[in-house]
Amino acid sequence: MVHEWALAESIVLFLENNGFRKVKSLKIGLGILQSIDKEIFSFSLQELLREKGFSVEKLEVVDEGAELACHTCGFRWSLSPESMDEAIRESIHFVPESIHAFAKCPRCGSRDFTITQGRGIRIVEVLPG
Amino acid sequence: MSSDPRFHGAVKRLKQIPKVYMVLSSKGGVGKSIVSTLLSYYSSLKNTPTGLLDLDFTNPSTHIILGFRPEELSYREEKGLEPFKIGKLSYFSIISFTKDNPLVLKGEEARNVMREVLSIVNWVGVQKLFIDTPPGLSDEQLEAIYNLKGLVKPIVVSTPHKLSIQSVSRLVRILRDAGVSEIILVENMGSGELKTFADSEGLKYAGYIPFVENIEECIGSISKLENCRIREYFEAILTKI
Repeated sequence: MVHEWALAESIVLFLENNGFRKVKSLKIGLGILQSIDKEIFSFSLQELLREKGFSVEKLEVVDEGAELACHTCGFRWSLSPESMDEAIRESIHFVPESIHAFAKCPRCGSRDFTITQGRGIRIVEVLPG
Repeated sequence: MSSDPRFHGAVKRLKQIPKVYMVLSSKGGVGKSIVSTLLSYYSSLKNTPTGLLDLDFTNPSTHIILGFRPEELSYREEKGLEPFKIGKLSYFSIISFTKDNPLVLKGEEARNVMREVLSIVNWVGVQKLFIDTPPGLSDEQLEAIYNLKGLVKPIVVSTPHKLSIQSVSRLVRILRDAGVSEIILVENMGSGELKTFADSEGLKYAGYIPFVENIEECIGSISKLENCRIREYFEAILTKI
């Protein structure tokens, strides 16, 4: 089982530690920068929820676009993992901030930039049942 | 309680390891990376499954001490990432992803990497984990001091130089304020003179490592590590922690 399992496990631990055993709606955002396999992630999440006896009425997993912002010149740009070399894409898949080792601001060349959205996995919404 | 799911994953994985040590120093150049790498490697040679995690993301160096190039390190995916194995040592460094490229990480991004790594790396079977940290007090150390306390034990490294001692005193105050009761002190490049300082500060003095003229003799390959002439000092420290 791949590393998507560990990401799904963190979501389940979050629900468990916060007492969300019965959930009406759970919405997860997958930042496209991390190239998470949505199918494997959703499968892992559903398996873990089932194993631990959680009830989730509506599960939604949505892609979130990646945006970066330069601290030097203020330029904002979006990034698609498809445009990257396979080895770089794999590094970013495991640790999205590895992007700092490979990218620079396309306008001024600065390495001082931030990932403002779409870095990885996040809980967008949890509605208790 | 944190709303970041990875934090919950990180806590679970750390709880599965009987002993987790975070090697800290607020002063650079005191030998943290050498101390954490050699302690972990010698611990693994004592037949104890041991882990070494390099959290110095912007300047990782433990792979150089162990004698591995970034491209030689690889991790197997198994419900997370399984660390690279060197005998009984399980090793993880972000260098295998960033290669030797410069990595600029500010504030929250360093904390993000730490949470990501702690939540996905699978230290199954590891009995002792040593975590090497960057110098100073940045997000990685603050996360450990405030959010992961109780799960990690600090090992503070200092040289006998007064600049280092002054810096350690400040770090100890922060750790104490955060409610950390047991703080281990390792004296590097010394001869035992920090024992008195440790006693006066209420620190657990684990021992000293003497200054060696040419540290290159001891680092850069597994055989150099194994034949290092100051190995006995690290082994003596391992019996005290």
